[in-house]
Amino acid sequence: MADVGIVLISHSPKIAAGIKDIIRQVITEVPIETAGGTDENEIGTNIDKILNAMEAADTGKGVLLFYDIGSAKMNAEMAIEMSEKENSMLIDAPLVEGSYVAAVEAGMGKSLQEVHDAVIKSFSKR
Amino acid sequence: MKLTVNNSIQWFLKANEKMQENKEYLTLLDKKIGDSDHGINMARGFQEVANKLPTQDYASVSDVLKDVAMTLMSKVGGAAGPLYGTIFLKMSTAVKGTDPVDYQTFTNGLEEGLVGVKQRGKADVGEKTLVDVWAPVVDFFKQGVDFQADQLVETAENAMDNTKDIQASKGRAAYFKEKSIGHIDPGSTSSFYIFEALAEVIREGE
Repeated sequence: MADVGIVLISHSPKIAAGIKDIIRQVITEVPIETAGGTDENEIGTNIDKILNAMEAADTGKGVLLFYDIGSAKMNAEMAIEMSEKENSMLIDAPLVEGSYVAAVEAGMGKSLQEVHDAVIKSFSKR
Repeated sequence: MKLTVNNSIQWFLKANEKMQENKEYLTLLDKKIGDSDHGINMARGFQEVANKLPTQDYASVSDVLKDVAMTLMSKVGGAAGPLYGTIFLKMSTAVKGTDPVDYQTFTNGLEEGLVGVKQRGKADVGEKTLVDVWAPVVDFFKQGVDFQADQLVETAENAMDNTKDIQASKGRAAYFKEKSIGHIDPGSTSSFYIFEALAEVIREGE
């Protein structure tokens, strides 16, 4: 059964890859794709990378996009608009802890909205 | 004057020259209140635009603007990519169907670009961003009846200089809070170069 996919958008390719490593230690089945750095892997974000990651992470249940600072959010918003994927959501949550929670929730087979809400809920209590 | 496909290509070729010439200066401005990548990003993005435009066969100004937008979006690493990309994409849509582009249609395009970038960056006038150059320039165009090169440069330059006294509340500079005062906004400066390039095209077209 397909799980909600997760896209990790960071200015740094290392950060995105590192977070994926952390999650993969525990959650192995959930689709996780990284979009770190510019097209030349320098510090920055890139719409094409985000679009590709969204495509790869979507196995039918939608994708949840996490982002870090500055232009990451704008590029993510544009990628969502350009992809015309209705089942994609941007989430305003801590990149590391948030995506970890999302991966666990997604692994339980929850819907995109349920995963999103579970992450938001887990950080609103703190 | 009306803006032709060739005029619009010249506009971006000239803008690219300015981005290359002022690459270090833009980076210096960004070093003071940002992440020091604006010069590098703008130079890279506009170089891609300048490489591509002369090799393509464009049917309309709208098509030129669209290609500029898409190239900037994918080749500029910082916030400037999505912001300028949005501006030129909105302009492209607004001038579609009118070719060459007359003054009123161009003015409308600039205004749509401004509306789009404000939405994209969630920024308004007075936040020390490129909106602080685009808004006065759009007002200037709306008040006029035909392209005016000298006054365009003057309007854009004054607007750019005025960003010096503003405290940033959007973009990376916002992290610097009151320390952002006293520095010209890098995005406003690159926007000034774009309008300066447009003024040169207007002069040549007269």
